[in-house]
Amino acid sequence: MMSGSGGDEIDLRDDNEPETPPHSSNNYNEEQSSFHTPEEDDKGNKIAESSESKATLMATSVTTVAEPQNVKTTTTAASAKSDQKSDATSDHILEITVGEPNKIGEGMSSYVVYKITTKTNLPYFRKNIFSVNRRFSDFLGLRDKLAEKHVHLGRIVPPAPDKDAVGTAKVKMSKDENLSSADFIEKRRSALDRFINRTAAHPVLRTDPDFREFLELDTDLPRATNTSALSGAGVRRLFNRVGDTVNKMTFKMDESDPWFEEKQNQIESLDQQLRKLSASVDALVHHRKELTSTTGAFAKSAAMLGNSEEHTSLSCALSQLAETEEKIEQLYSQQVNHDSYYLGELLKDYIALIGAIKDVFHQRVKVFQTWQHSQQMLVKKREQKVKLELAGKTDKIPQANEEVVEWESKVNRGQEEFENITKTIKVEVEKFELNRIRDFKASIIKYMEHLLENQQQLIKYWEAFLPEAKAIA
Amino acid sequence: MLTLHEGNENSGLTRDTNKPRSETIDLNDSNLLVDISDALSERDKVKFTVHTKTTLSDFQKPDFSVVRQHEEFIWLHDVLEENEDYLGYIIPPPPPRPDFDASREKLQKLGDGEGTMTKEEFNKMKQELEAEYLATFKKTVAMHEVFLQRLAAHSKFRNDQNFKIFLEYDNDLCVRGKNKKEKIAGFFNNFTRSADDIVLSSTQKDIDEFFEHEKVFLSEYYTHIKDCTQKADKMTRAHKNVADCYIKISTSMVQLATSDSKELEKFLGKVADCFEKARKIENRVSSDEDLKLSDTLRYFMRDTAAAKDLLYRRLKCLANYETANRNLERARAKNKDVQIMETLQQEACEKFESMSKLAKQELNDYKVRRVAAFRKNFVDLVELELKHAKAQVQLFKSCLSTLKDELDQ
Repeated sequence: MMSGSGGDEIDLRDDNEPETPPHSSNNYNEEQSSFHTPEEDDKGNKIAESSESKATLMATSVTTVAEPQNVKTTTTAASAKSDQKSDATSDHILEITVGEPNKIGEGMSSYVVYKITTKTNLPYFRKNIFSVNRRFSDFLGLRDKLAEKHVHLGRIVPPAPDKDAVGTAKVKMSKDENLSSADFIEKRRSALDRFINRTAAHPVLRTDPDFREFLELDTDLPRATNTSALSGAGVRRLFNRVGDTVNKMTFKMDESDPWFEEKQNQIESLDQQLRKLSASVDALVHHRKELTSTTGAFAKSAAMLGNSEEHTSLSCALSQLAETEEKIEQLYSQQVNHDSYYLGELLKDYIALIGAIKDVFHQRVKVFQTWQHSQQMLVKKREQKVKLELAGKTDKIPQANEEVVEWESKVNRGQEEFENITKTIKVEVEKFELNRIRDFKASIIKYMEHLLENQQQLIKYWEAFLPEAKAIA
Repeated sequence: MLTLHEGNENSGLTRDTNKPRSETIDLNDSNLLVDISDALSERDKVKFTVHTKTTLSDFQKPDFSVVRQHEEFIWLHDVLEENEDYLGYIIPPPPPRPDFDASREKLQKLGDGEGTMTKEEFNKMKQELEAEYLATFKKTVAMHEVFLQRLAAHSKFRNDQNFKIFLEYDNDLCVRGKNKKEKIAGFFNNFTRSADDIVLSSTQKDIDEFFEHEKVFLSEYYTHIKDCTQKADKMTRAHKNVADCYIKISTSMVQLATSDSKELEKFLGKVADCFEKARKIENRVSSDEDLKLSDTLRYFMRDTAAAKDLLYRRLKCLANYETANRNLERARAKNKDVQIMETLQQEACEKFESMSKLAKQELNDYKVRRVAAFRKNFVDLVELELKHAKAQVQLFKSCLSTLKDELDQ
């Protein structure tokens, strides 16, 4: 079976999970309510600190999901709950920052490394503060490894940022820190930061050995060649994906779980709406960029007009107007960044995350298919056995019996697997929803604050210009 | 089919044109007051109702109105420009042709895209377009009015016979638009004139320092103000597009809100509402910048061109004067036709001198006019910008406080 490829630790835990259903469901509710307390304090804080709040948040979830198993013998559910409060605020920290991008080498073989700094007090890390250098393909490799191990169990693995061949090539070819490539790197850096912190916020993914190795191992990771689109693995992936798509189209599962039916519709419509909104935000970014450049052009032209104006105070006012417009241009260009960061990137991240949700939904269908297949096989085998018994071919009966037993266990395993994945997905999606609501609110409020700040700055600029205009005489 | 509510515009227009606009132009003695009291848009044509109030005895009645079209305004400008008596004056620039093409094109696009939008978004876009159309319409009327008011305020032009006819004659003036042949001729004329201008300005030495200076200044100034006008236009258009984007964001957010979980529904609804309000303000910013900044620049671009034309005419007059001088010298040398040449030279000299005197006055007036208009419009612009920015600050503040309240719940 597939579980062979995953780490032992993970599988163990998964097997354990069904054993403690009252725990997890109970704690789950607890977790929901406790989500709000640490969070509200953070609301007004900067986005930069959101990673921290994420870290605290997942510290909460770690205690609820993972720890009861580790400390099962010593603590009751109640004491775990009380622990959890203190854990959330002080005990378990995992703060990761992706920063200091550095270009290594020259020309087409050059690449950018990012310094990843981790601050933690989690016992399974060797040190409290440490940092490593990783390149973009390492992130992709990490995500691939995590996806391979966890998606089939129903876990939502945060997607890594998209590859951008054009942007990368630009960075590679650029000799110095030119503006567009610096922009591109910064955008990518912040996307990687969000990706790694989203992963770290997951109670199981954060404990994954590959994830820990990624953060901790002080040497270069083996080059992740599989991430390239043209590599053998890339092609294989493409084929798999095509197969999956065909499968998705041809196989229609009769949904017996109303929760899934509802969620699937919800996610589908959310996907559509987010895409639409994202397109509108892209249009806004585009037009505001244009406004920025046209304002800059006007400022220059007004300065020229001011130079050729022979009336002294009018000339002076025109030059001042040009300066004012130049400042406004700066303001607009900042606003473009806010538009694309707080709205555009947020939406793109969530569209990608929804893709990850769809993946786990699809995974569940696949598990269901396997289970159904086993069931059909079992029926067939039983029929064969009955036939053999009727025909009185006693010599073949033991073998048929064996087969029936084998398929019975396969059916059982299939059912169990299906039940497990169903349960995991429910928890995962609920958690996703909570995170999404929190992220959206925080990001939009932040955006609004920037809009406000921008207008306040605008007032200052125009107020400074007003006496100049009045001085024309 | 999609049509704009043009009927509404008239009533709206009549109401507000009567009051403020006649106040803005200050006549020194108010015995000839002209305004456009009404305007009606019919397909390609705009019909302006020109209303005159006067105490001058030259007019038959003290208060009357006529209906005029854009072509008739152009005719009036052209006859003034062609009149020999006005060679020394800056002819007020003619109003630009009513241009609703941009609005129409957008309307067409909107109609094509009707299926792809929600009803709400469509309606908002349509409203926005109607507002834009109305704004263009008002601007057109204002520019036609300014043309007439400047004539009425001018000591010379107000007594012009054609102007009188334009204001008073109760029928169609029967001016037709230029036909193709005339257009080509006009184009050719323009071409030879500008070539002439270049030749003249490079060959003709001007003894007068004032005019020499003005010539250099105006041609440079014209290049810059023209560039500036174009840039300002682009800027306001981009601003308008940004404002329009807010519509899309707002409607997408409303849709997202309705299909989203309860927790975000209210939150996003409020954000959408905020975007919708912000869009209205941004639109005002854009149209006010257009009105106060671009249009001021545009008007003085045209006025500068008119002033340049004046300099060209004067230069031509100077050339004539110098030819007359040479002719006289030649006549004296040959001792033939001296008398005739002397009078001709005398005439040319007088003509040139009186023209120079007039032109000097006109150019000074132009400068005073320019400085005053820029001052007024810049102050207006800043005040409007401040007003809108403050409104937005208010809007975002109240929106943020309700959003944060929501978080606390």
